[in-house]
Amino acid sequence: MINFDLTTEQKSAQLQFKTWVDENVAPFADQFDEQQETPNSMIELLVKVGYLGALVPKKYGGAEMDHITWGLLCEEVGRTSASLLSLLTVHSMMIQTIAKWGTDEQKNLWLPKLATGKVIGAFGLTEPNVGSDARHIESEAIKQEDGSYILNAQKRWISFGSTASLFVIFAQVDNQPAAFLVERSMNGFVSEPIKGMLGFRSANIANLSIKDVHIPASNVLGRPGFGFSHIASTALDQGRYCIAWGCVGLAQASLDASMSYAGSRQQFGKPIVEHQLIQEMLTEMIVQTKAARMLCLNAAYLKIKGEPSLIMETSTAKYFASRVAVAASNSAVQIHGANGCSADYPVQRFFRDARIMEIIEGSTQMQQIIIARAGHQQHLVDQRDRESAKNQKQ
Amino acid sequence: MSIIEPNVRTFLGKYVSDPQVDGDLDLFSSGLVNSLYAMQLVLFIEKEYGIQVANEDLDYENFKSVNAIVNFIDEKQ
Repeated sequence: MINFDLTTEQKSAQLQFKTWVDENVAPFADQFDEQQETPNSMIELLVKVGYLGALVPKKYGGAEMDHITWGLLCEEVGRTSASLLSLLTVHSMMIQTIAKWGTDEQKNLWLPKLATGKVIGAFGLTEPNVGSDARHIESEAIKQEDGSYILNAQKRWISFGSTASLFVIFAQVDNQPAAFLVERSMNGFVSEPIKGMLGFRSANIANLSIKDVHIPASNVLGRPGFGFSHIASTALDQGRYCIAWGCVGLAQASLDASMSYAGSRQQFGKPIVEHQLIQEMLTEMIVQTKAARMLCLNAAYLKIKGEPSLIMETSTAKYFASRVAVAASNSAVQIHGANGCSADYPVQRFFRDARIMEIIEGSTQMQQIIIARAGHQQHLVDQRDRESAKNQKQ
Repeated sequence: MSIIEPNVRTFLGKYVSDPQVDGDLDLFSSGLVNSLYAMQLVLFIEKEYGIQVANEDLDYENFKSVNAIVNFIDEKQ
């Protein structure tokens, strides 16, 4: 049975996360959004409190946080800043891919640095011409006689691409997808910040230009041919899990702001919270946010058990939670009226950030394709099992 | 018949309508399974047999068919 009760330790951690983000992130989130940059001082605070190393195994100097506690952290960060959540997301995607598929040498070299924030990780899959159709990336690496590679790649919309110092970059090797650990210090690597985004404005998003970069054999992650099926899949599952929880936080933030505003804003002689059409919006926000949180806890439960179904259930949680974040933040803007469209209130930021959530780590439409396909397959399997049971009975 | 094989076929049966395929049939190139199956298989092997599938195991020959998966598990145990 799924147990949705948090342990004493998880409740304690949750309280710590809430307090920390309310003191250190919430007061500056709008400012960073306006400046379109998360400063290094903010990242240093994350390093100091140890959240960047949350998923690194203890033997490499990390906190080895359990899946539920990690989810709670993502929710709380997502409640205050989706941009900062994206740092936790891409950094943890790097950690998970190295921890799962790295060689001992790669784990020993990079995991302690990722745990302490000496190295910030990011994920480079998307390209100018390739988004959802990730199997057809155009970046290419050519193997050299000594086992090293020459990599040429253009990567676009890379969260914290202007900050990170280590990237997992995907490219074709003889038409087989491969993953490479690319260091910012390598000759031929250039990042260019992207400004003017709708949301995730302080996610330090960048274009990456990787031209004739020499990649030593020791920086190949996994093996060519497994770059998408295993390396990217591991990273994207981690990314979806973070984003799903962050969307719960974003929806909760929209709800909290709306409750506060609706309770104090007077129209027609009474607080608008007493108007039934406002109550309808608030009810939807409350119920949908709870449902999204339960899907995230379900995914966490499956992750703890290591169930193969965790991949689909994490996609389901991400799909639902990102839509809830959009709907909740949309209602929050509506409840705030013109105030909600102004920089005086954060709900306009929530709404702009929520739109990004439905696009990153697998768009809503890509999730719909895989969820519907898996659902149909499950239907066929159930049908087969029912017929088999019926035949055995006869 | 290996005692591992029925387990592998039961797992496969969650993703394909008829898991009683030829043991040497290439599950991937035949289009029988989708791209998500690759990681679901890794999770199945790790959970069911307490094996860590790692970097050095990333070889298509280990996962391509029922017989290949059975042999892989057998060798890793």
